[in-house]
Amino acid sequence: MFSHIRTIWLTFLHLFRKKVTIEYPEEKVKLHPRWRGRIVLTKDPDGGERCVGCYLCAVACPVDCIALQATEDENGRRYPEFFRINFSRCIFCGYCEDACPTYAIQLIPDFEMAEYNRQNLVFEKPDLLIDSQGKYPGYNFYKVAGMDAGVKQKGEGENEEAPVDIHSLMP
Amino acid sequence: MVIHIDNKEYNIKSGKNLLEACLSVGLDLPYFCWHPAMGSVGACRQCAVKVYKDENDTKGRLVMSCMEGVKDGLYLSIEDKTAKEFREQVIEWLMTNHPHDCPVCDEGGACHLQDMTVMTGHDYRRFKYKKRTYTNQYLGPLIHHEMNRCIQCYRCVRYYRDYAGGDDLNVFAAHNHVYFGREKDGVLQSPFSGNLSEVCPTGVFTDKTLKEHYTRKWDLTMSPSVCNHCSVGCNTIAAERYGELRCILNRYNGDVNGYFLCDRGRFGYEFVNSENRIKRVIIRNRAGEASTEEELMQHLQPLVSMSKIIGIGSPRASLESNFALMQLVGKQNFYQGISEDEAHLNRVCIDVLQSGSVHSASLKEIEQADAVLVVGEDIWNTAPMMALAVRQAVVKTAGAEASQHVQIPVWLDSAIKELAQEDKGFLAVLNVSASPLDELATHAWHATPDDLSRAAFAIAAYLQPGKLQADNFSEELTNQAKAIGEALKQAKNPVIITGVSSYNDNVIKAAFDIAASLNTAGRKTGMACVMTECNSMGLALMDAPAFNHAMDSVRPNGHATAVILENDLYRHLTPNLVDNFLNKCDHIIVLDSLHNSTTEKASVLLPAATFAEGDGTLVNNEGRAQRFFQVIPNADTQVKESWQWLWKMQMLRSQKVNGHVLHPDELLQKMETDMPQFKGITSVSPGHDYTIHGERIPREPHRYSGRTAIQANKNVSEPKPFYDGDSPLSFTMEGFKGVPPSWAVPFFWAPGWNSVQSVAKYQDEPNGSLKGGNPGVRLLQDKKKENADLFFKDVPEQFVITKDKWLLLPKFHVLGSGELSGYTKALEVLSPELFAIISPKSAEALNVKEGDMLQLTDAGIAYGSLPVKVLDNMCDGVVFVNAGSRGTVGMNWGTRINLAKVN
Repeated sequence: MFSHIRTIWLTFLHLFRKKVTIEYPEEKVKLHPRWRGRIVLTKDPDGGERCVGCYLCAVACPVDCIALQATEDENGRRYPEFFRINFSRCIFCGYCEDACPTYAIQLIPDFEMAEYNRQNLVFEKPDLLIDSQGKYPGYNFYKVAGMDAGVKQKGEGENEEAPVDIHSLMP
Repeated sequence: MVIHIDNKEYNIKSGKNLLEACLSVGLDLPYFCWHPAMGSVGACRQCAVKVYKDENDTKGRLVMSCMEGVKDGLYLSIEDKTAKEFREQVIEWLMTNHPHDCPVCDEGGACHLQDMTVMTGHDYRRFKYKKRTYTNQYLGPLIHHEMNRCIQCYRCVRYYRDYAGGDDLNVFAAHNHVYFGREKDGVLQSPFSGNLSEVCPTGVFTDKTLKEHYTRKWDLTMSPSVCNHCSVGCNTIAAERYGELRCILNRYNGDVNGYFLCDRGRFGYEFVNSENRIKRVIIRNRAGEASTEEELMQHLQPLVSMSKIIGIGSPRASLESNFALMQLVGKQNFYQGISEDEAHLNRVCIDVLQSGSVHSASLKEIEQADAVLVVGEDIWNTAPMMALAVRQAVVKTAGAEASQHVQIPVWLDSAIKELAQEDKGFLAVLNVSASPLDELATHAWHATPDDLSRAAFAIAAYLQPGKLQADNFSEELTNQAKAIGEALKQAKNPVIITGVSSYNDNVIKAAFDIAASLNTAGRKTGMACVMTECNSMGLALMDAPAFNHAMDSVRPNGHATAVILENDLYRHLTPNLVDNFLNKCDHIIVLDSLHNSTTEKASVLLPAATFAEGDGTLVNNEGRAQRFFQVIPNADTQVKESWQWLWKMQMLRSQKVNGHVLHPDELLQKMETDMPQFKGITSVSPGHDYTIHGERIPREPHRYSGRTAIQANKNVSEPKPFYDGDSPLSFTMEGFKGVPPSWAVPFFWAPGWNSVQSVAKYQDEPNGSLKGGNPGVRLLQDKKKENADLFFKDVPEQFVITKDKWLLLPKFHVLGSGELSGYTKALEVLSPELFAIISPKSAEALNVKEGDMLQLTDAGIAYGSLPVKVLDNMCDGVVFVNAGSRGTVGMNWGTRINLAKVN
């Protein structure tokens, strides 16, 4: 009997506490930058696609919901010909972001992806690619990679010596 | 002998080095410069282990395991702290200059350097200074060059120069600037350059055709396959992604191709993805050509029920398909879709190999031969891997001989080379035209096929004196015969190679006479007969009449239906002959995978599966039956294996519909009962219901990605994985995890070994046979037979050059000759244009010079005119025409034709 009265009393007291719930969707949830939501493909500081089609995100994905095909432009720069994420399978674990060697694939704080039709949850490259560097500004993979893919010449990258002159015998 | 590795006892074969010993017992030990096919040089310092004096020695000393032979009772440690630190440090040095580009490197995921780095435990770059860079070279359309990635292991030049005999790839510059490439940009000249992509432990040399549609190894659906582009039958791995064939990789088979493939085999796969593919059923001469399968069956019903139905088999279709056709039309109506001449030559080859007097030599046996004689076959161009095997025989015999006198093991590559210097084993090449193989030959002699066979008969006569009157031959021939015969007599394992491409049966008979004469006690003689297509041997073994007899069997208005199986008749036969035949038939049903001149004439065209979409068995020139497995799922297309189509037609003909699904193993069983010459064919691979512990063998690696997204653009609900009831392999990543039986190895992978080097885990020992024996079943059994029947009575007359009649012979090209491989753009670019090739003397006689046009006519058949090319080293009185390439027409090879200058 006593416990019932105590429960009612406690509940009554909550009337004067601050509300925890918010009036979603009128009011938006505050999410932290590292919150793992919708997946995007970002661009490097020079406006080029960051994704080099290395397939590491696809192989890291525990539900195998990423499929892509790499291709090359005339300079030998790799980019995905198509890039598909089946969000109806995605578990937002973030392994793809962890695996990405170029900061291309990123999970952003957006979860509002509900659809009436499951087919609409299949995102293609135009749906994924955003015109921003996302969480990691300033990184351009091709400036540190050894190869010349139209971004810099051999030897012009960070931490690179000028190409070897193979006719020279100097030490 | 017994050695102790980390205090455990292992039984090891003697004569090995420590690295081989460790790998053969399944231990992991990193290495770079050592290659099982090329031996040790000790350049990379990666395979260091500790070796102890005895069991009480605790200090030990560091040695490079690839440079030290096994000794009985040896104690060594892989896990020793110093050895481990040493190996990690070596990798760390190598990585100071290795660029940061694995994500865009084609080797990534199948990279020996990645594997070895992980194996040694190196993970952090402490080196604070800049990385060295190099500029790349253009190496042609097959191989991509990215020199930054190089770790200076020297494998590429050792393979390219020493193993494959190329001379345009080398090492330049000095100290830490060494550069592996060509003197200047340009196409790599060796037809074995594709192997660089597998030999290179990192991504310096990669497959350029794969780059066009790049896929990582872990994403490929792979299955064991057999090369389609010549009669050698190298084992390959066919790899698929998104319904397209992506690349061909080497599949180790110790008896056949070993670790390598030729460029035609490796890069000739693109026809499978060609726009020229037949993908739909086409019924011509009615509204709307494309049809459904039901419409097709209705249409076919009256056609196949006709009284006269003729089947034309194919030397490039599988045994199953040819046999299914034979079943459909009946044995009496089944014909080989090749010319009478070629069928006869194939028959002679089989007769001599089946006579029991000589052993049909495998590539491995050729590689181990101590004397080789090539008679009348341009193996460099018609069977490239055989030429590579001959090269090994020649080079290694000298090394092996040299090593017997001094105590140097055969795997100590550079020491053996230093010792052997320019010494070579014995090779004699008697051929109609020059080839790069001549450079290795002790005797190279070029003459017309008739004269070649005379030379070969002269050798046989020398080997068995008294059987043939020696005064038949000129002094030159006798002397040459003596020299060659003497060298062959000295050999313990001589191999005689011949083939059909000189279109002369006497050449084959003479080669057999030599082989049979040599086959005396204490000597094991091998013989190899090169044929034209991947299943020429299989078709020839079926013992059906040639195409010319099909002509006679059809009467005009005989209301006949012809069923033509995967065969462009216009390639094998003269156009007028084919036209005559096709005009006589009321209905022409053609099954093929690519549109060609024959499919144009079809009234009903059925889309046949290529090797990538179907299962089947091929018989190579050795008589080895080998199974290939489907790799591209064909559920959504009308493409079916020819034997499936033919089975459906047979059901129509016999009006039996019982819903029975035919499996290839049932066809082979029936074949074995019907034709005793195919005894043993059912043991090539077990039936379709074979499982290991109830599990099938997965075609996909366990890291295969994208399963739930690949088809999500079509429908978000994933379909059931494609099920192929034809074989024990499944189209998924689930199933048996472990080393599958050797006939069913879809890919090479072992924990920690993602690159192709993982093949060591599938072998009994490096360079040995696969676990459980190499795949393939030899149909030609050796029978013990004394006193072989020789063909001595057939010595032909000397070739007489006449001014109006010229001998017409085919000139094959190592990359260009191949009906199907011609669809690969890169190979098409590298193949020669069509020429009429003649010798300078012949050019003089015809009063033509290079670039003029020559009109070729043969008893009323006009072959059109071709530009002249004058080459030295060609025999006089002969005109060679580039043959075998895509789009070339059949000619009456080996006959005399008229040549006239076109003004």
